[in-house]
Amino acid sequence: MNDRNRFPRAQRMTIVNAMLVFVMLIIVLQLWLLTATMNAYLGGDTEIVLPAAVASLVCLALNAGLLWYLYALER
Amino acid sequence: MIAKDDQKRDDAHTSSAYRAPGDIERHTVPPDGRPLDEQPRWRQDFPIDWPQDEYVSRRDLVKFMVLTSLAFATGQLWILAKTLIRRQETFPMLPVARVDDVAVGGHLVFQYPAESGPRLLVRTGGAEFVAYDQQCTHLLCPVVPHVDEGMLHCPCHNGYFDLESGRVIAGPPRRPLPRVTLEIRDGVVYATGMEDQAT
Repeated sequence: MNDRNRFPRAQRMTIVNAMLVFVMLIIVLQLWLLTATMNAYLGGDTEIVLPAAVASLVCLALNAGLLWYLYALER
Repeated sequence: MIAKDDQKRDDAHTSSAYRAPGDIERHTVPPDGRPLDEQPRWRQDFPIDWPQDEYVSRRDLVKFMVLTSLAFATGQLWILAKTLIRRQETFPMLPVARVDDVAVGGHLVFQYPAESGPRLLVRTGGAEFVAYDQQCTHLLCPVVPHVDEGMLHCPCHNGYFDLESGRVIAGPPRRPLPRVTLEIRDGVVYATGMEDQAT
């Protein structure tokens, strides 16, 4: 039984809402990372650039994982 | 009577195959009468029923937010790429002026590297020179040296920079002036590189 049949729409709606909360939290973190990194970079401090890029990519991977699950729900 | 007719009409338009088990929501029946899962993609993505429409819009918002996440990560990678390129950047050694060409306390505007923004060479003592980017780090106005006061002044918004280090003393600028490294050989002042200074 696939996820589409396993969950009625009301349940899928709950899952998507929860997913949206997580995605928004991660995006706020990424926005903060980007502004802090840009500030440091323009100030001549480049030490933080690589760790911040790695952290942002991890955030993107988490979001991509959630998106993958969203597509799995649709199948 | 009217209510009964409505109920009959609703029942006629509601397919039992269209309802998921346990789903009490009523669905509009497509013209061909097949279940929603078997409908073309465009019909699934532009539903008539409110609950399905809310689900689709929320789902699409999640997708758009993940796209935004991709944009932020791309921005981070762009900053990383700029940092790596800057680290690998090499500067030519360029003669700027003869030592005697600039009086003590005097200054000279030059371009370094060629075709870049203006730089400012200031003679602060006998054989002491400093050079900075001439553009203020606030809003790019040209800075003016005040050697006797030991500072560089931006007249646009009254920004002040230390003449010896390029660091901000007062005013709206938050970042120091990028410095041009210099070398004096055989009475000639050479520019040898650029360095961004941490705040």
